[in-house]
Amino acid sequence: MSVTTASVTPASANGETLLEVRDLTQEFYVRPRPGVLGGVVHAVSEVSLSLGAGEALGVVGETGCGKSTLARSILQMPRPKSGEVRFHGTDLVSLRPKELREARRRMQVVFQDPFSSLDPKMRVADIVQEPLVGRMGKDERAERAEHMLNVVGLTPSRFADRRPRQLSGGQCQRVAIARALSVGPDLVVCDEPVSSLDVLVQAQILNLLEELRTELHIAYLFISHDLAVVKQVSDRVAVMYLGRICEVAPTARLFDEPLHPYTAALLDANPSVHARKGSGARPATITGEPPSAVNPPSGCRFRTRCPLAQERCAAETPLLREIAAGRQVACHFPLGS
Amino acid sequence: MAVSRSDRALKSAVAPNASGAAAPSPATAGRLLEVEHLEVAFQVGASTVHAVNDVSFGIAEGRTLGIIGESGSGKSVTARTILGLLRASNVRVGGSIRFDGTELLGLSERRLSELRGSQIALVPQDPTRSLNPTVQIGKQIVEAIRLHEAVPREAAKRRAIDLLGRVRLPSPNQRFFEYPHQLSGGMRQRAVIAMALSCSPRLLIADEATTALDVTTQAQIMELLMDLQRDFNMAMLVISHDIAIAAAYTDEVAVMYAGRVVEHAPTGRLLEGVRMPYTQALLEAVPTIDRAPHAPLRVVPGVPPDPTHAIVGCAFAKRCPLVQEICTTETPALLEHLPLHSWACFVSGPEVAVERR
Repeated sequence: MSVTTASVTPASANGETLLEVRDLTQEFYVRPRPGVLGGVVHAVSEVSLSLGAGEALGVVGETGCGKSTLARSILQMPRPKSGEVRFHGTDLVSLRPKELREARRRMQVVFQDPFSSLDPKMRVADIVQEPLVGRMGKDERAERAEHMLNVVGLTPSRFADRRPRQLSGGQCQRVAIARALSVGPDLVVCDEPVSSLDVLVQAQILNLLEELRTELHIAYLFISHDLAVVKQVSDRVAVMYLGRICEVAPTARLFDEPLHPYTAALLDANPSVHARKGSGARPATITGEPPSAVNPPSGCRFRTRCPLAQERCAAETPLLREIAAGRQVACHFPLGS
Repeated sequence: MAVSRSDRALKSAVAPNASGAAAPSPATAGRLLEVEHLEVAFQVGASTVHAVNDVSFGIAEGRTLGIIGESGSGKSVTARTILGLLRASNVRVGGSIRFDGTELLGLSERRLSELRGSQIALVPQDPTRSLNPTVQIGKQIVEAIRLHEAVPREAAKRRAIDLLGRVRLPSPNQRFFEYPHQLSGGMRQRAVIAMALSCSPRLLIADEATTALDVTTQAQIMELLMDLQRDFNMAMLVISHDIAIAAAYTDEVAVMYAGRVVEHAPTGRLLEGVRMPYTQALLEAVPTIDRAPHAPLRVVPGVPPDPTHAIVGCAFAKRCPLVQEICTTETPALLEHLPLHSWACFVSGPEVAVERR
């Protein structure tokens, strides 16, 4: 059942592959109840991607497209149904829990909601050094926490003893980032890290993430529904729709010249300060809503809303294939060809 | 308009800023909704939160005004005050809100609830919380219609189905009998809009109406609102934190910061020549799909001022790159420095727009 696709090595600076995902599939069973269609939710289907050391890969898509499930399956929480997740060459899926815990230390997560991802009873300094417990002595940990707080722009003397409720949303997110970085990870999975922040704070956090990546040579798997945010932070972007990847491309090229009709639709729907009322440049709309992941359309999952859909799209699932250097698309009739 | 920049700065510095002396925002006269010198303060324990300070604007029929600002800027409080939803004993409201010539502040709860729904309607951010989960959506719309008009049940039902069709809910005859949880977020927001439109309101307030929705759904809902506005010749107040939404869908924009309108202009004019450094900061801090990847965003340091403390001088002074001495001692008034374009700043003048990248 698994369709193998050639996974393309990323355009990373030194070419070293950090994370390699192959045919990752995650499914959940939902019990039918009134108003809810029961059955198997095809949350992530045969996703393959790779991420180089120090690279930022953005994953963009709408609610329910499986982008967060993809991130969680990569982190093995919960474990995926099938597929491979190679991190530093080791397949995490086949590891025993204890080995997995060790391997996972080099991957960390920053979540969307900065308040609920911090223990309200803990001091900021303790939150930041918690991942280090059992790895180094108390004094060393405290020193490390102080350093991390400095790195994320929180003066330790002012913030170390505070509790999360005494912080603003942006400050909480800085604490979450400090905690993620305290163990010196190679990969940080950022799941909508700025979506709940105000514009000016969002800009501060985005700049911080950018600085940290260049300084510490960390790779990001950056999940967001916001195209502009993804464009800002990513070297490459993967577009997801209903559990599958539609297109992967270097950021600027994806935005300049989308190949998948869904990518084009997403870009058109995005309001921009340059598209003004009455200027005729208002966002275009695609009709309808994504179908249910319990019963996804046969063939290409976007075909029910695609303006270019043909018979072949229903009969045959388009594979993610490389059609130009670094550009992969899963479409029988990619744009501009 | 011949007053020079320094004279103007001097004038506004000398004028007491709070009450009558503040300049009206672009022509508030002759509009469906006229808000003048609106003040809203909450008493919370021992402290007073000054949520809205001296806010004035107007909206004409068939026009759209966008109010943009960050959380805590007072934009939603302004909307709620217009709807008369802030009537608790700890709320102090001052100024004037006139709707079609009728003063809304001080109006009896009965008169106000007649206006609400029939003349002024709200599309809130979270459609889930504004629908009753135990009642079919069609029935909720019928209720809304029959609350304001003496219509037989059958006629109201026909109208509700018609409305569900107009908001482009697929198969409205069937959806009429469905419950909110059976609809997706976008469809729920359509149902809420159908309910808001049920009595053909003349003013529609969309308070972050698309913030919780996906970008493709957001575009659909905003397009729908624009079409309905044209059909009903409604005035619209679009409240959003997203400057791109304002750019795409409004005629005029008022930018709020710390409870004040700091810049107000026709949308195109504002985007072409931003004058208030805060608006500029907002524009530069938003990543847009037109920018190159990894280009650092220009950020302003700090956080908005604490609303429980009286602000001396310009509220943005502590974060402003152009700050001068006068900014920390005097409050700049919102003045119409250019035709239809007002801003509240001592430093930025009519001659030069703030540098855009």
